[in-house]
Amino acid sequence: MDYPTLIAILDSTLRLATPLLLACLAGLYSERSGVVDIGLEGKMLMAAMASGVVAYLTGNVWAGVGAAIGASILFSMIHGLASITFRGNQLISGVALNFLASGLTVLIAQALFHQGGRTPALSGNARFSTITLPFEAEIRQVPILGPLYSDVLSGHSILVYVALLAVPVTWWVLYRTRFGLRLRAVGENPESVDTAGISVVGMRYGALVITGLLCGLAGAYMSTGLQAGFGREMIAGRGYIALAALIFANWHPWRALGATMLFGFLQALALRPDVLSNFGLSVPDAFLDALPYVLTVIVLAGVVGKPTPPKAGGQPYVKER
Amino acid sequence: MKKLPLWADLVLVPLISIVLAALISALVILAIGGDPVEAVSVMFEGALGSPYGWGYTLYYTTSFIFTGLAVTVAYHASQFNIGAEGQAQLGGLGVALVCLALPWPHWALALPAAMVGAALFGAAWAAIPAWLAAKRGSHIVITTIMFNYIAYSLLQYLLVTVLRPAGQMDPATARFPSGASLPTFHDIPGLSGIFSPSVPANISFFVAIIACVAVWVLLWKTRLGYQIRAFGKNEQAADYAGISRTKVIVISMLISGALAGLMSINNVMGEAERLLQNSAEGAGFIGIAVALMGRNHPLGVFLAAFLFGFLYQGGAEMGLWTDIPIELRLLLQGLVVLFTGALDEMVRMMITPFFRRKEAR
Amino acid sequence: MNNTTQSQTRRHSAASSSSQGAAKAPAIELRKICKSFGTVRANKDISIKVQPGTIHGIIGENGAGKSTLMSILYGFYKADSGEILINGRETIIPDSQAAIRAGIGMVFQHFKLVPNFSVVENVILGAEDGRLLRPSIAKARRELKRLAQEYEMDVDPDETVENLSVGHQQRVEILKALYRQADILILDEPTGVLTPAEADHLFRILDFLRAEGKTIILITHKLREIMEITDTVSVMRRGEMTATVTTSQTSPQALAELMVGREVLLNVEKTKAKPGAEILQIKDLRVWNDEKVERLKGIDLTIRSGEILGIAGVSGNGQTELLEVLGGYRTGRGTITVNGKTLDLSGRSDAQSRRHDGIAHVPEDRHHHGLILDFPAWENFIFGYHNAPEYQKNTVLMDNAGIVRATEEAMQRFDVRPPIPALAAKNFSGGNQQKIVLAREIERNPAVLLIGQPTRGVDIGAIEFIHKRIIELRDAGAAILLVSVELDEIRALSDRIAVMFDGEIMGERLPEDTDEKDLGLLMAGMRDRNRVADEETPNDYNDPRDDNDDDGADGGDAGGEGE
Repeated sequence: MDYPTLIAILDSTLRLATPLLLACLAGLYSERSGVVDIGLEGKMLMAAMASGVVAYLTGNVWAGVGAAIGASILFSMIHGLASITFRGNQLISGVALNFLASGLTVLIAQALFHQGGRTPALSGNARFSTITLPFEAEIRQVPILGPLYSDVLSGHSILVYVALLAVPVTWWVLYRTRFGLRLRAVGENPESVDTAGISVVGMRYGALVITGLLCGLAGAYMSTGLQAGFGREMIAGRGYIALAALIFANWHPWRALGATMLFGFLQALALRPDVLSNFGLSVPDAFLDALPYVLTVIVLAGVVGKPTPPKAGGQPYVKER
Repeated sequence: MKKLPLWADLVLVPLISIVLAALISALVILAIGGDPVEAVSVMFEGALGSPYGWGYTLYYTTSFIFTGLAVTVAYHASQFNIGAEGQAQLGGLGVALVCLALPWPHWALALPAAMVGAALFGAAWAAIPAWLAAKRGSHIVITTIMFNYIAYSLLQYLLVTVLRPAGQMDPATARFPSGASLPTFHDIPGLSGIFSPSVPANISFFVAIIACVAVWVLLWKTRLGYQIRAFGKNEQAADYAGISRTKVIVISMLISGALAGLMSINNVMGEAERLLQNSAEGAGFIGIAVALMGRNHPLGVFLAAFLFGFLYQGGAEMGLWTDIPIELRLLLQGLVVLFTGALDEMVRMMITPFFRRKEAR
Repeated sequence: MNNTTQSQTRRHSAASSSSQGAAKAPAIELRKICKSFGTVRANKDISIKVQPGTIHGIIGENGAGKSTLMSILYGFYKADSGEILINGRETIIPDSQAAIRAGIGMVFQHFKLVPNFSVVENVILGAEDGRLLRPSIAKARRELKRLAQEYEMDVDPDETVENLSVGHQQRVEILKALYRQADILILDEPTGVLTPAEADHLFRILDFLRAEGKTIILITHKLREIMEITDTVSVMRRGEMTATVTTSQTSPQALAELMVGREVLLNVEKTKAKPGAEILQIKDLRVWNDEKVERLKGIDLTIRSGEILGIAGVSGNGQTELLEVLGGYRTGRGTITVNGKTLDLSGRSDAQSRRHDGIAHVPEDRHHHGLILDFPAWENFIFGYHNAPEYQKNTVLMDNAGIVRATEEAMQRFDVRPPIPALAAKNFSGGNQQKIVLAREIERNPAVLLIGQPTRGVDIGAIEFIHKRIIELRDAGAAILLVSVELDEIRALSDRIAVMFDGEIMGERLPEDTDEKDLGLLMAGMRDRNRVADEETPNDYNDPRDDNDDDGADGGDAGGEGE
């Protein structure tokens, strides 16, 4: 593999990792608060549909992003209603929301556009344009490192940079703010938070709003950044890969960056069958597709250090005497 | 927590849940410019209005019984098997390998062999998540989700590169020999006058009913079932009683996987007569809705499977004859899971006041 | 530095209040508090007054309504009627936040700490000064240092809580309350999880706090503690406050009578044991917990047929592990033989094989181990014996009808009420649940019976019944290992008493040759009257029992007279 090919693969790695990263961080907020969320997929799907529809109708991508966030937070709140307020089964609620999203997105898109559940292709201001980072042309001349900056880092839509920025911000929020302290506490031992006079319910809903927001961005990126419009089932399991990445990252923001980049790299590699065959390796696409899941199972098996999920995860909080 | 009478908990809560799901779906139909009344009548007409409709409805019911039972058995061991979809796909592989292995002379020989293949392959696909859950404490929900995707990739690879006959374009196996063809309702004496040759409902339907009875006996009449339920209710107490954690988790998941796999005698052997990609078509996931709706009891599973069979066939007809897309089925399915599985406490709270008033009198 | 001056002024006011005595408004006054859960009346017309700068004890049996009352005071529950006055002002406490604002701090029986947080993070949780953590943590560190000096509560602020001993974790809970400027401290059964040394230290801290003018409410069911530290005491029984008295003017017997509504009769009628052959032999038994900490450090015990060996000790000193190894669901090293047969302790055998070897087990925690609460009584009646041939119809099916019949008969014999086999276990009272477990374990005439906390959460009537059955089984020739944290129960039932401390047997006694004081010393880790402080215990253990020895023994002896 020559250097330009590597640069090209890294470029698409970043592109493909972005929705995974946003969704992974979304899941991080929810699960750190003690609410397990396997509905990331459904929220992203709703967001992708909402942003595709609204961006097309208004011609404004930002209106699309707003709609995406709104739709995703709405789903997040249903999850909250079921799993926080009515103390239902969080796993089942997540599964239900994924079904709901699969059905609703197609119903709405079909009713509006009659194109088989797709939105019309987006163009112009209805899509995100790419951003050229400063001094891109100058730095390009630097050997080896130049292309990394100019061809890999530069030239993406703004949501890619938002996603990257969300990593240090999440770390800072978790470990340096009052909200983060309480968030981590409510996911480990909600009684400690309750007896301190802080509302467990409030904290968890708060976390779910952030989850909704980030899933909204992830979905919006899918239909207005990565692709030009919404198509049925376009999330294609990315929500579950994000969930896998979250386990891989042991619920830590910096490791989430690493895990999603790894999974993004695998996806990028799957798009370039020529690269591996140049190495004399004939790896079926299906194998690369399955690799993130296989890796996650290996991590879950505790082969490389045991994952330590938030202790209160999945348990509805019932106040004891 | 207010207590409801048992019958209300078992019957009324699921019924109200389905009514709520139907109401919301009706609102969605209205919102997208459809006519809910027309939709319902098309669904009834399409699913139950003719032997043809019944033939499809019962065909879907058969698949959903198997996957619903699969989720149920695992549930009683407190394992949420979300991987019935992948296990059903692997079961399909088992059926295909058995059917293609020999020039089967008669279905009565092919069916038992195919059942063994289906059950073994389905169970095998549940084995690794089960073992990881029992021995390493890995969360069964996450591992079975992962195994669904791995199953999809595996079958894609096998169907494209290994099992596809030379010269065939689409990724699928060759047709099964005619000796492996299961009798449909049209071929069954007594029913042949009612059902036309084109209905897919087949003899697997009766296998599914036997499976319901078998699961009921297993869970409530045998030592193994006793141990599964005891473990599912209280893991710590199971230790005290000498009920092996590993044994219960692994065996219940193997049975669950086998039941999911068995579904493919219906769709792969009974209907398609070859293995296609994505053969389970989401029936594994519907099994979750069926088990929840059926309150994890085989009789409930049977009724809920029939309800979903009706929704599936009716939904397909609705997608054909109205402007409402077929995806309405997914919406309904999601709503049923939401109300019966996650919001059941809300439904209970809704009906509790009625019972309290009655008691007061 | 603001805090120092504040607490100084408070100290002054407290000092003046104690000189004025009863003229000052009570720190807490409850007027006619009522609380029902469904048809159960947990609190009926409860009224108390607690003067500032005093320690007030609330004593009562499990389920008497103590915790409900305190939960109302801490804003967990809303009272159906009644008033709460704090420092003479009527105060409404809708939630914990309001309780904290009113100056109430609570130390729960089960700590409410975040295990993977540091001490300082736990202390500031919910009491942060702003949106950012840094300033709050710096301030809390200073404040913790001050509190540590003032009250002898030295805890490393940066240590992770899960690495602290139980006693230190409890100190973090107290520090949390003090950091929130609590003037009123409620402690719910604080010594249940402590070693005697830790308990003494806790009482010393409470003494300091009282001297500082803090008001303390101590909830407990241990008479000794009430007599040792409180100024006044209220007794609760079945949701009612039966009396409030000055501690110095009452006696343990009087309190015990008020608690149960009649004279406590723990004197079990039994004849002298006629021990036969050695049935159970334990040699050099060692057990490690999941964190690889050694919990049993070489136990040697022998029990003969027809005798009861009682294991006394503060809970958490290895008794649970001992029962679990014997019961077959924990691994260990060493030798255990039953009737000459050596048991496999490596984990290859399980609780099923123990039952085959003739070991029956009434577990310490019937809710988590002994019963499946959602199962009907008849399914619980075969729990652990579900493989027994008499419960099978054929090789495939169980004989469910036969099991229901057997259960019904056993329920009659054990006077389980109501005697309905189809009723779910969770719908029986604690005593009747215990009888179901007992019926299951005793009626097979086991060679060995392991029995943990036989009467925990059981009403008085059932206690006598249960004790009688245990004696009967002894007289039928079983070897019985009894574990209980209730010293009175151990003394009443046992033919020999072994005392456990920190995974070791500190000594064996005959009940007639010992008293509470002697046993108490063994329970505190002082082997056979050798009063050298155990160096392994935490550094706060610098003055073991010298101060409290006499008081404690007095209270204990007096309590023992109630037998």
